[in-house]
Parts: sequence; C-alpha cells; structure tokens
Amino acid sequence: MSTDIATRRSVAEVYDHVWENRSTIQSRDAYAMMLLALARENPLLACLTTDMNFQDHFARELPRQFVDLGIAEQNMITVAAGMTVAARPVFANGMSPFAIARAYEQIKVDVAGANLPVKIVGTHGGLASGHYGPTHHSLEDIGATRLLPNMTVVVPGDAWEAVQATVAVADDPGPTFLRLGRSATPTLYDERTEFVLGKARVLREPGRVLFIATGPYPNLVAAEAAAELAATGITAGHLNMHTVKPLDREAILDAIAHAEVVVTIEDHRAVGGLGGAVCEVVAEVGGPPVRRIGIPDVHYDLVGGERYLLDNAGINVPNAIAKALDVVAR
Amino acid sequence: MLTQAPPQQNVAGRLAVEIRRLVIEMSGSPNGVHIGGSMSIADLLAVLYGEVLRQPSGAGSPLDRDYLILSKGQACAALYAALAATGVLPKSEIETYAEQGSRLAGHPMKTLPGVDFSTGSLGHGLSLGLGVALAGRRYGHDNRAFVILGDGELQEGSNWEAAMAAAHLGVDNLTAIVDRNGLQISGRTEDCMALEPLTGKWASFGWRVLAIDGHDHDQIRQALGGPVEPGRPTAVIARTIKARGVPGLQDTKKSHSATLDRDAQRLALAALESEL
Repeated sequence: MSTDIATRRSVAEVYDHVWENRSTIQSRDAYAMMLLALARENPLLACLTTDMNFQDHFARELPRQFVDLGIAEQNMITVAAGMTVAARPVFANGMSPFAIARAYEQIKVDVAGANLPVKIVGTHGGLASGHYGPTHHSLEDIGATRLLPNMTVVVPGDAWEAVQATVAVADDPGPTFLRLGRSATPTLYDERTEFVLGKARVLREPGRVLFIATGPYPNLVAAEAAAELAATGITAGHLNMHTVKPLDREAILDAIAHAEVVVTIEDHRAVGGLGGAVCEVVAEVGGPPVRRIGIPDVHYDLVGGERYLLDNAGINVPNAIAKALDVVAR
Repeated sequence: MLTQAPPQQNVAGRLAVEIRRLVIEMSGSPNGVHIGGSMSIADLLAVLYGEVLRQPSGAGSPLDRDYLILSKGQACAALYAALAATGVLPKSEIETYAEQGSRLAGHPMKTLPGVDFSTGSLGHGLSLGLGVALAGRRYGHDNRAFVILGDGELQEGSNWEAAMAAAHLGVDNLTAIVDRNGLQISGRTEDCMALEPLTGKWASFGWRVLAIDGHDHDQIRQALGGPVEPGRPTAVIARTIKARGVPGLQDTKKSHSATLDRDAQRLALAALESEL
C-alpha cells in the first residue's frame, strides 16, 4: 500500500487508482494518496501530523510542506491556525479521538471561531479502533464539531468518497473536519458520480421508509435494510449524508414528503450527531417520526473488533428494519 | 523607576507613557480592566511597537512583516492603548472599552485592526506564534513572531508542547516573552503552582533564554531588537511589576482586574506624571 502512495502521481491518476480499488483500499490511504497529489500541484498546501505513519511518503517527497508535531494534538491544531498566514489549506492529521476531543478548545477558538482554512482529518473515527478500547473510540467527534460555527463536517462512505471529499475539502475556503475510519470497507458505488459538499447522495429513491446514514458501515446497513424491506413490499429510500454540516436540509425535506418514518444510522453517539441533526430539521417541519440508531448513552467498554462492536450497539440490518417496522405496519 | 534617560526623549519612552495613560483611562470602566497585567507589559509593548515590530498592523505585505501575539489576552487594555497610540485605532475609540457594541472586548478579537489572532484562552499564543514563524521559514518569508505570555499562563500544558516543538524544529524567528510579574488571580505564582526555575525550564527545552528587567527599555531593546540565534527560538523572561506605577495596586493580587474611580485615576495619572 505504501508503495502505491509513492507511485501515484497526478490527481487524475489517484482518482482512477482508488476507483479501481475502492473496496480494498483503506480510506486513510486513499486520502493520503490524494493529499500528496494535491500538494504536488499546490505548494502552499501544508500537511501537519501527530506521529502518524501513513504519511511517510509525503514527508519524504515534500518535506517543506510537512511538519510532524509529535504526540501533541493541541499544539498541532493551533500551529495549523498560525501557519495559515502563509500556507493554505493546512491539513492537520491525527487520530480522531485525540485530534478532536483533546484539542476541542483549540478547534473552537483558533480554527472554527477564526474561520481559517484548517482541515482537520481524524482517522479511527467511531469504533474503528475496535479492541483498542474506549480511549481510542471517537463517538463524539461529529456532534462536537457540528456545534462549532463555520465548520464543515464530512464523513466519507468509502475510499472513493474519501478521495472525492479530500479534493472538495481542499478547495473549500473554511475549516473542516474530515472523519475517516481505519479498515477497508466495501464500496457504496458502482458508478463515478459527482461529489458535492453539503449535498446528500440519494442511494435509493425515497419510499415509505427513509434511511439516512453517514459513514461506511452505517451506509452499508442502510443499503441492505432498504433492499430487504423492498423485497417484502415496503419501499425504502436511502440518503448517504456524507456532509453532516452543513446538513442537506432540502434533500431531507424532499425525501420525507414520501416517508412514514425516518431511521438515522451512524457509528457515533445516538445524540448530537447525524440523528440529532436530522431530528432538528424534521421536528421543525412537523415531519414523520424519527428513530435514531447510534451508540447508546453508556460507557461502551465491550472488547472486540469494529464489526462486533457495531453489531452490539445495534448498528446492524435487523435493528434498522425493526426501527422502520416500529412505525410502518407491514 | 525607569532606568533609562528621560522617557520623553525617544519613541518607546513616549509610547510607554501614552500606553499607561490610556490604560488608566480605560480603568474607569465599571466593567473592570486587567490593569495589573496591562501595566506590567506597557514597557514591552512600547519598545515592540515603537522600535521593533515591522508593520505590526498588517498593512502592506501580509508575509514579510512581524506578528505580535498577545497570548495573555486579558491584558488587552495595553494592546488597545498601543494600537491607539500608534494610530492603528482612533484614540477616541478607547472610550468605548467594554461598552455595548464596542470593538474593544475584554479579550482581543481579530476583527479589530492590528489583531491577527483572537486570544483570551490561555495557552494558545505560543502555538499560534510557532505556526506563523514556521510558515515564514518554510515558505521563505522574512517574518518574526513575538508572543507575550503571562507567567501564570505557563501552567497550561499546551505551552510546553509548543516549546518542545519550536526548539525541535529550530524555529529561530519565534520569540516568547514571559511577563514575569509573579502574580496570578489567587496570589503568588510560586504559591499557586511554582514556575521556578523558569529560565532553566526554557533552557532545558532547547531555547536561548534571556533574563531582563521588563521595564528597562535598553534591556528590552537589546533582547527583542537584536539578531536571532540561528536555529534556536528565544525566550525572554521579563521581570516586571504587576500594576507597575499605580498607587495602591502595584504588585498586589487585587490588581488583576479592577475599576479605578475618579480619584484613583487622578492619583495614577499623577504618579505617571511624576516619573517624567
């Protein structure tokens, strides 16, 4: 994988390579390839990191644009803000549980409040750290960043969407949180469609049930649950809400016009994240009932891999179907 | 107490007096002013704005200029005074300090001309300065970043992340200025959370350390206006007196934030006059 990062040269070639390997490549490696390609084209692009090893090729090839700040997320975030006097955009990389939660006040004051082109990229989002345990899980990052003014919050659904989002985020003038996972996940896409920040992707046309999901596994759950419901004669739509902020309000309003129930799915706390954001929109217009699937409000210290932990938190197809049927009579 | 020649004779001397006068003016605000920490950095700001900083207000090139970051943002009254005294802000605006709708908040915001970064939450400024200086070095711009830190502020751990990184990266166009007035809200820094040996701490992190009298313009001039040491950031430990020159408040913890009534303002101005 690391050789791939070094040998992919242009942005167009990275797109092609990741598209061809979108179900086997890790989104963070896809992101790293694209970032390096973008940085070759834009000498003002800076890449900061906190002792991460997936960007070694960036460090070797473009050392002037690269800074490793060690295991010190608070400092990295604010250094990134300071560097915007001459560099932009500045990508600030870390593991999400530390880059967001530990450095939250720095993000609030120096990045979001200051509205600077700092792109915080957090790997190990959600439960991606698996057996490493709750210190390494990042279940509050979407909600925490969503609360901050000026922030754009993006959760790509697969490696392909990760490279598309990387380009979009680099072009956007404001501060961003780009949340990535850890392992390679099956792709959501069978054709190369355009990615637009803040515009949800309709993965299945609206029906009596509306699934809204963000992130790789939640979208896979939504896709499968919608297909199973359809097979039983209950139409079900599916929106991939890759941008949680700004939320695509229009897409939600369009889709709930047909829906009897909305089910949100995320690998994040069930409060404050995607589900909370959707509830705010739907409640304000007096829309259909909403059921949220996410991590319950308990200290989640079960030991296991990501899929096991997701399943135990109810982020699975049977639960998604059950939540829908809770409202929609067969 | 000024150890140099009569202050009216040079730019920094005149600025120091004007900064103090304007801080005393703002101290009449019923909202209170962090007068102690503002007065302790008045001479540092006077030399910086009068003689050292190139284009501190950001006019001209955004890159080949110097940056002053007031990490101890609570001392904004001194910063506002320096900006007003150097023509970046209209002097009349000083009267609006902390009033409804004013641009002059109790901590400086970057929406104000002459303020590059909003500060107030302690422990951010050194990282900001590191970012500015590092970007200057990496992208070939001739800039310097000066960061004024409170001594109590150094209890925030993020400072030491930045200190470690600045030395490791050899960012020599970064200067940290520690306003070593020895007091914080609850009293003496050494009673609350001891900082000494302070010069030893910075030196052990790999910084060049200069210990000076923070009210002596010649010493400030030499420390801040002199050449940088290639490959090493500089820490200037400026020994200062909190609320320096303000009768009844000098070197007291109650000077941290205070409102001066008319009589106290008159006394403070008279004390300032007597130094001339």
